[in-house]
Amino acid sequence: MSPPRAPEAEIVQDMTSPRDGGFAVGPDDDSPNVINVIEVRGLTKRYGTITAVDGIDFTVRRGETAALLGANGAGKTTTIAMVLGLLLPDAGIIKVLGCDMLANRYQALARMNFSSPYVDLPRRLTVRQNLEVFARLYGVAGVAARVREVAAELDMTALLARPSGELSAGQRSRVTLAKALINRPDVLLLDEPTASLDPDTADRIRGYLAAYQARHGTTILLASHNMAEVERMCSTVFIMRDGRIHDRGAPRDLVARYGRANLEEVFLHIVREKAAQ
Amino acid sequence: MTYNDGHMGNDDPMGNDGHMGGQMGHGLSAGLNRTSAMALRYAYILRSSWPRIIELAYWPLMQMVLWGFISKFMATNSTWVAQAAGVLIAAVLLWDVLFRGQLGFSVSFLEEMWSRNLPNLFVTPLRPHEFILSLILMSLLRTLIGVLPAALLAIVFYHYSIFDLGLPLIAFFFNLMFLGWSMGLIITALILRNGLGAESLAWMAMFILAPLSGVFYPLSTLPGWLQAVAAALPSSYVFEGMRAVMFEGVVRVDHLLTALGLNVLYLAASAGFFLHTFHVARRTGLLMRVGE
Repeated sequence: MSPPRAPEAEIVQDMTSPRDGGFAVGPDDDSPNVINVIEVRGLTKRYGTITAVDGIDFTVRRGETAALLGANGAGKTTTIAMVLGLLLPDAGIIKVLGCDMLANRYQALARMNFSSPYVDLPRRLTVRQNLEVFARLYGVAGVAARVREVAAELDMTALLARPSGELSAGQRSRVTLAKALINRPDVLLLDEPTASLDPDTADRIRGYLAAYQARHGTTILLASHNMAEVERMCSTVFIMRDGRIHDRGAPRDLVARYGRANLEEVFLHIVREKAAQ
Repeated sequence: MTYNDGHMGNDDPMGNDGHMGGQMGHGLSAGLNRTSAMALRYAYILRSSWPRIIELAYWPLMQMVLWGFISKFMATNSTWVAQAAGVLIAAVLLWDVLFRGQLGFSVSFLEEMWSRNLPNLFVTPLRPHEFILSLILMSLLRTLIGVLPAALLAIVFYHYSIFDLGLPLIAFFFNLMFLGWSMGLIITALILRNGLGAESLAWMAMFILAPLSGVFYPLSTLPGWLQAVAAALPSSYVFEGMRAVMFEGVVRVDHLLTALGLNVLYLAASAGFFLHTFHVARRTGLLMRVGE
């Protein structure tokens, strides 16, 4: 038996109510005070007969950390790729920082960044060269100083002169994160930010991200399989299954609603409920 | 809201988004900054590997040395070559301009595929046309690194200077580079579409033009139907023009203008093909899967 999900009306209100800053889809909103920083409506992606993402709606508010949680193939990475403009949807609307990402993504991209363990930085370039190139691509002022600053913040100054290909997995993750923060993004999208990292490195990265967000008010949307990470970092979770958002809410609320001990148990319940069907 | 599979508007190839936010500069200067950032990246890659720099110059040098000796031999055994000393060396150097122009463009793109870096690039404000421009800049640099040493050593070894062609050499050079970029755009689009399994196209594809362009012989050598094909290639006008300068001392402006006209047409078509393929890659998810 499935526990009651968040009422649909509540979800709709979450997206549109003026109380929480919802905005109508219309001309791009350049206001720095946009509260719903990421807004997705009816987002759909099909690959032939397979529907990878099936008409999902969600919003992420300014300064919030939200997670797309789901099993392999649930549609998390596809959703993140569409929000970033790497992948065109078949239907739906994506607005980031008030910009329609399908018509005018470049304006928002300057204020976004992305990190994934599955996307490499050029390995023959030194860390400094990699960061310098991306700083220039994002139009960062004072490139050399910003590279030094972000390297110091991530405790990787000693790595700057080393080729990226010679780094350990943990060091590479820090470099990838430094690249993702080089333009001081307002919106950060992270695809499994601590995948394949040892617990110590993963914990340091989570701690750094939390501190960074607290300092800069960055909005973070991450896709993860790591339930403990999601519980620690995220105020909102969207649980995806078969390309749909199966349920959503604060981790604590989800745990309570499903009567489980933690988010991992909620996740397993949802995945196995589907398998049993 | 449903999106038409065929449309290209969202790729915004010219990047006319009106305004830039955040830390971005404005318009042209921001675009030039991004282009120069990409060129800087490719320069770093090139600089990081001495063997690659040496390789850039190695093949043109070997070609020049080989054809230099063939020229010396032919000059005493062929009345045609004897009429214009160095015609074969000039031909091989100009052929290398064409080949290196294409290869320099395609290899810079392949660097992105090899390092699985395209998703990182295209979540920045980098526009596709800025990316293309950076590939063109690197093609120019790599071609000069490859061909200039060979051209200079031809003077030392065989007392032949391609610079004796004079001002037409500039027109020959750029017409060949334009064709190299057109081919580079088509090849990179095919690699983007088909993945790294198609990377050998970067080294192979250009050679289909070699027999048709009349690099080492007049176009009249070709059978009639192939001459008709050759007439559609800018390179055949360049090599005919080169021989006109060397054998007759005549600058065939008509050849140069025809080559230029064809190049404009092919550059526009190949850029359109690349941008269309880029759009398809965004629609099908290829941009996320590059390098796999």
